[in-house]
Amino acid sequence: MTGRAAAWTFVGPALAVIAIFFAVPVVAALALSFTDFDLYALADLRNLRFIGLGNYVDVLGAPLFWKALFNTLYFVGVGVPLSIAASLGAALLVNSPLARLRGFFRTALFAPVVTTVVAVAVIWRYLFHTRYGLINYALGHLGIAPIDWLGDPHWSMPAIIVFAVWKNFGYNMIILLAGLQGIPADLYEAARIDGASSWQQFRYITLPSLKPVLMLVTIITVAGYFQLFAEPYVMTRGEPLQSTVSVLYYMFQEGFEWWSLGRASAIAFLLFAVTLAATRVLLALSRRGERA
Amino acid sequence: MKTRRSAVLFVNAALALAAALVLLPLFWMLSVSFMQPGEASAFPPPLLPAHATWANYAELFQHAGMGRYLANSLLVAAAVTLLSLAFNLSAGYAFAKLRFAGRERIFQILLGALVIPAQVAMIPLFLMMKWLHLVNSYGGVVVPALASVFGIYLVRQYARAIPDEMLEAARLDGAGEWRIFVRIVLPLLKPIVVTLAIFTFLASWNDFMWPLIVLSDQAWQTAPVALAGLSREHVQDNELMMAGSVVTILPVLALFLVLQRHYIQGLLLGSVKG
Repeated sequence: MTGRAAAWTFVGPALAVIAIFFAVPVVAALALSFTDFDLYALADLRNLRFIGLGNYVDVLGAPLFWKALFNTLYFVGVGVPLSIAASLGAALLVNSPLARLRGFFRTALFAPVVTTVVAVAVIWRYLFHTRYGLINYALGHLGIAPIDWLGDPHWSMPAIIVFAVWKNFGYNMIILLAGLQGIPADLYEAARIDGASSWQQFRYITLPSLKPVLMLVTIITVAGYFQLFAEPYVMTRGEPLQSTVSVLYYMFQEGFEWWSLGRASAIAFLLFAVTLAATRVLLALSRRGERA
Repeated sequence: MKTRRSAVLFVNAALALAAALVLLPLFWMLSVSFMQPGEASAFPPPLLPAHATWANYAELFQHAGMGRYLANSLLVAAAVTLLSLAFNLSAGYAFAKLRFAGRERIFQILLGALVIPAQVAMIPLFLMMKWLHLVNSYGGVVVPALASVFGIYLVRQYARAIPDEMLEAARLDGAGEWRIFVRIVLPLLKPIVVTLAIFTFLASWNDFMWPLIVLSDQAWQTAPVALAGLSREHVQDNELMMAGSVVTILPVLALFLVLQRHYIQGLLLGSVKG
């Protein structure tokens, strides 16, 4: 008996926690999304009614859902390429054999990743201040008139994207650095003997060797950026003109400000479906790229 | 030779510029936190305080209750770290080294569950916490974080390198499985214990959405939740808010600087799946 029974005493507690506090709630969320669970049901469960796909129909018919989805896709579509470009640039610089003080630069560039998102969002909210912010002050020196970053619906999402790139690029930089260090040095040696320029070495050795790692960080980042929440919560509260309401922010408002928990569950599943579809498409594209 | 020298200059200048841009917001936060109330609201924006003062920190701890929020954060993060280590270490080791029915299949299901974002579970989890009377208590944040797929995965990857012969020898000597785990396995897992501990502590300290939902009562709020609330009330008090950001960030930044090697190792182990 001992071996197998003992093994369950090792895995049992952790599996129980994951089952009770993750698996059950996920299934329950699906069930909840087919009900009209609201403040009345919260007070008395007898007020709960099964409404089939009612929540999904409601949400898909709500202009704010489409606005939130557009905002989120904007954030992902622009934010992810910019973040990865910043990560790749930083990784290439830190990995360069010409770089001095590499350890220091790696730590400095990584530092924002470990900071508390709420606390640094508070800083950036002030950096973006129209009159007193450092960003408009710096742009002023370049002859650019003050921009109402967080008050103008055209600039609010770009401002949040700039903040997110600053906060997150260090994470992928570390993964890409490891990828760069895994490229055999003799590949570059051979290329140099053949007279390849730095750009050609980057284009024909670095990029192709890094492709699997780039794909990995793209998928991780896309999945993460779809969960945009704390940044608009602290910096803009979804304003101006709901230009920074993300899908998750919308879910939070429906669920925990209006207590429409059934509808909020439906929004959570719609976001999950969109995220899953996006990462699957990326995965399929990368596989097709490998075959070609 | 000349091109090489200019290339060295270019690379290092670019790195210095990037590091300066990245660190500037953090230095500026520190600087403004020592300014007199209202001093930062000026044009051009002052970079350094004219007369440095601790007044904002005093206000923060004496009137805004920041001491309590930091203590809440510390208690929650420490409890999550210690307890989840116990759960994840034993489970990760079992998935790597012990035999039991369905081991591989269960592990595959756990990995598959990683695609489900945490907030899908949040609404029923909130109702569950309400039912268990854990809303507005440390338990509401700690209990759901007691085990994590990521933690189990990390430990399993690391524990696979432990030689089976070593465990077999101990079994032949009549040692029980838990005795083997505590006496032989844990010392071998020490590096991954440190990595997982710092990872968990930082993630728990920085966590926002779930604590925001489950800790609506101020008395129980963690520092990030309280800071978000304060920043909505004190939109104009920049110096105070910067001091609040400093005390929220400083503990995790310091911890990271001391243990960064372990943190980076965890990041790499955790993201290279397969």
